[in-house]
Amino acid sequence: MSTWRASVKNAQHESASFRRRALAGFGLIVLALVALLGRFAYLQIARYDEFATRAMDNRVKPVVLPPARGLIYDRRGVLLADNVPAFRLEVVPEQVKDLSTTLRELGAVVPLGKDDLDAFHALLKQSRRFDSVPLKMHLTEDEIDRFAVNRWRFPGVDVVPYMIRHYPLGEEFAHVLGYVGRIDADDLKQLDPARYKGTSHIGRIGLERAYENSLHGKPGYELVEVNADGRTQRVLETHPPIPGNNLYLSIDARLQKATEAAFDGRPGAAVAIDPRNGQVLAMVSVPTFDPNLFVNGISHADYSALTGNQAKPLFNRALAGSYPPGSTIKPFLALGGLEYGLRTPQDTVLSTGKFCLPGNPRCYRDDHRDGDGTVNMVRAIQLSTNTYFYKLALDMGIDRLSAWMGRFGFGAQTGIDTLGESTGVMPSRAWKAAHDKNPWFPGETVIAGIGQGYWAVTPLQLAHALATLADHGVAHAPRLVMATRSTGEEQPRPLANPPTGSSLIKNPKDWNVIDEGMRAVMTAGTGRGLNAGFPYAIAGKSGTAERYSRTTDAYDTNKNTAYLATRHRAWFVAYAPADNPQIAIAVLLEAGAWGAADAGPIVRRMLDVWLNLHGGSLIGAQRLQDATSLSGPVRAPAARPPLAPSPQRAAAPAETAARSLPQVVAGGAQP
Amino acid sequence: MIEAWRVRGARFAQRFFTRPRIDLPLASSLLLLALLGLATLYSASDGNVSMVAGQAGRLLLGLLLLVAVSRIPPVVLRAWSPWLYLLSGSLLVVVAVLGEGRGADRWLDLGILRFQPAELLKLTTPMMVAWYLHGRILPPGWKDIAVTVVLIALPAILIAEQPDLGTALLVAAAGAFALFLSGMSWWRIGLLLAAAVGAVPLAWHFLHQYQRDRVLTLLNPESDPLGNGWHIIQSQIAVGSGGIFGKGWLHSTQSRLDFLPEHTTDFIFAVFAEEFGLLGVALLLALYVFIIGRCLWIAMQARSTYSRLLAGAISMAFFVYVFVNGGMIAGMLPVVGVPLPLVSYGGTSAVSLLTGFGMLMSIHANRRAHE
Repeated sequence: MSTWRASVKNAQHESASFRRRALAGFGLIVLALVALLGRFAYLQIARYDEFATRAMDNRVKPVVLPPARGLIYDRRGVLLADNVPAFRLEVVPEQVKDLSTTLRELGAVVPLGKDDLDAFHALLKQSRRFDSVPLKMHLTEDEIDRFAVNRWRFPGVDVVPYMIRHYPLGEEFAHVLGYVGRIDADDLKQLDPARYKGTSHIGRIGLERAYENSLHGKPGYELVEVNADGRTQRVLETHPPIPGNNLYLSIDARLQKATEAAFDGRPGAAVAIDPRNGQVLAMVSVPTFDPNLFVNGISHADYSALTGNQAKPLFNRALAGSYPPGSTIKPFLALGGLEYGLRTPQDTVLSTGKFCLPGNPRCYRDDHRDGDGTVNMVRAIQLSTNTYFYKLALDMGIDRLSAWMGRFGFGAQTGIDTLGESTGVMPSRAWKAAHDKNPWFPGETVIAGIGQGYWAVTPLQLAHALATLADHGVAHAPRLVMATRSTGEEQPRPLANPPTGSSLIKNPKDWNVIDEGMRAVMTAGTGRGLNAGFPYAIAGKSGTAERYSRTTDAYDTNKNTAYLATRHRAWFVAYAPADNPQIAIAVLLEAGAWGAADAGPIVRRMLDVWLNLHGGSLIGAQRLQDATSLSGPVRAPAARPPLAPSPQRAAAPAETAARSLPQVVAGGAQP
Repeated sequence: MIEAWRVRGARFAQRFFTRPRIDLPLASSLLLLALLGLATLYSASDGNVSMVAGQAGRLLLGLLLLVAVSRIPPVVLRAWSPWLYLLSGSLLVVVAVLGEGRGADRWLDLGILRFQPAELLKLTTPMMVAWYLHGRILPPGWKDIAVTVVLIALPAILIAEQPDLGTALLVAAAGAFALFLSGMSWWRIGLLLAAAVGAVPLAWHFLHQYQRDRVLTLLNPESDPLGNGWHIIQSQIAVGSGGIFGKGWLHSTQSRLDFLPEHTTDFIFAVFAEEFGLLGVALLLALYVFIIGRCLWIAMQARSTYSRLLAGAISMAFFVYVFVNGGMIAGMLPVVGVPLPLVSYGGTSAVSLLTGFGMLMSIHANRRAHE
């Protein structure tokens, strides 16, 4: 019987089985609903008296108490983001007879923008009718006065005090801190309603956004007694909110301020990192903006002034600006040559002023028409000899070159603890295959050797790579926040930032060669004079990157710096003291004629101020002999070349990178 | 032209009354329930006529769909089942992809029409399970059970991820009831239930924090006075203060003073219990029992496996609505977004429920068909 049942469908049997199941199911359903009815009976009969009384005395309502947002300090405790009292207009919908009429008449007393009304209506939908809904933030004194006179006309509308974010140093930290903005309808969909009840602002960009979770805190509440109309009579219990965590940045506000001032308004960016732990000591993007404008909703006029500005003050060049790195990558490439075993420090190359690929009519230029003569590795770094690095890049090949540079973080985010970081571009075969239909050309390897072509880095990336180099190949992800303090903690709690891996350098002697070359840059190379008067050895490298592709390999005869500034981006990178690096700096000027002459003095100014903040002496570093007589740091020349050179040499204190067109290299169209 | 339409209309009317495809006891009890719902909504919304009219419009649309669907023979429904299941399932995936990072955005916006694909799966999942089991030898063996469980779990997990625990629960329940009704042996049911209980800690791990909070809040409502704990306490005060006879229609104080949250949607049962008391609740539950019983009776009359399983699953899933919503109101179950069927304000669930009843009507009308 059972085997037969298992092989053929039996309609009658199935029908009977279904009948049994349906009856059983119905029985269970009735049972469950009887149990439910039992629960109702328990609530409505056994506990009727209790609940009837509670309904009668239901006069207690919870009222949320929003937490105070965490404060932000610099490394010495200077307040960078504060909460200050302000006043806003709030509406209790159930106490307003005709909302649209009230809003219209109110608009005549206190101007209400479209943004105010949109946010208000969005919040209104989310609120209970007795909840007070904010209508307009940050009333001016004039508005408060005018409303006070007319208050009798608007029952259910009131001026309410609250805390608002304020950035005392404003512009100097706008690109680091970001700002908070009003919570809008889109935010409401994503936020935890319990945590953000009563909170009107949220971190929009920068650290304010990246650390939102830590800064926000936890709301508390009080139980209030209300009368029959729902109006508060007295507070019964208070459960205070827990304020958000305070943040302590590793940036020193004084260095930040001096760095910004050194730019003198010229668009660019600077990042300084402590190589020993990845802490960011300064991060500047010029020009900047006033973050306080955004806190209460920026006006239309202010916003279009910012977005219409050609210099793009809202753009964070330090994190998101990608620029060709130019010659600043030469020390990294040289180190790669040593580590791959392609070069010894003694190997020499003859620089004649021109480097040509076999069988190619187009050539790649040296910086000087006649070349630098015979150079070894140290001298090639010192003089930024293009030919040396053209050859090295060719010998290394693009695959090893981009793999090596990738280990310093080029082409990837540095992992800094804030948002908005760009990856830049580390050229490779794979990258080109994804972005261009042409294959990789040998000429592109040549120009990658001097940081041109597709290569693009952010100032933060370059500072991070330099810090990694300065710490003998040990990388730390950059960190803006070095400590946090939650309520109840006596002292700020430092945040650990362990290295992201072991050293990139296999042979420690290789490092010394690069260090020697970069020191020589400062004493007798492209950046000579920039170390003068500074009591510790600096290791640096200039970079002058071309903004446009070259169409010919002819020398530029126009040596007017204003003209060159329209064609060049000026870089200077340096770490100090060279024997025990404690700061690594990358400075970029978007429009600078020469790396050393224009960006170099900014680096020197930063180093001077930084040393001054350390009382003029550093622990664990050797003072230079000739500088011991100086009593204090010396101001570097502002924007002039470091030396008073002869006209011929002055014309080219820094190197110029040649960029060739790929199709020409491939032996194509042009003769 | 006009004459042709007149003849057609007359023929339709004649057939409608001589060979009704509508089961009158079921239809009239649904209508009674809908009217009760509108009356409660009028009170709960504080006499908001436009809200009541809007809901009446949606119920009317649902009833039209009911009549339309009742004219589709079950054979056709069965043939469509896998395609409808696939279509609704892919819409669910589309929402999952488009709505990524958007919190609880479960809506598909079709320009003029916005709807939740999850709502469709409340019907297409039991249809699919019934379609699959229709062609198998019953009672099902482990292999068929496994296939069925996958057919149910896929949409249920996707919906739970949205996150919409209430709908996921209803979809899973509808599918599971079809399996139960297929005659799966009791010891297998026991094993599956044991496995499900064993999976609870695992499921807990996958729940969103706010969903965990809701369960924890049920155990200790006072711990969350601003959110769900407040809902639970206020809802119980409303129900308990209704007593045996209730405060009378339009006399709910809890909802009037805005102590009761969402009192037109998920918590409307509390308003009903406060105004009509235990007697009202008993009558309402009796009406639900009658509807479920009538539906199961229709299921038993059907001769084809597909029709039986689908009709049975739809009627038993209807019970889940009532039980989960009532349990939530009475503080027995956690706060899950399940409406009180045909009473709570909101269109989508009413429309999909009435469409399901349309299928039942069709099964009833074709009860003698073997296929």
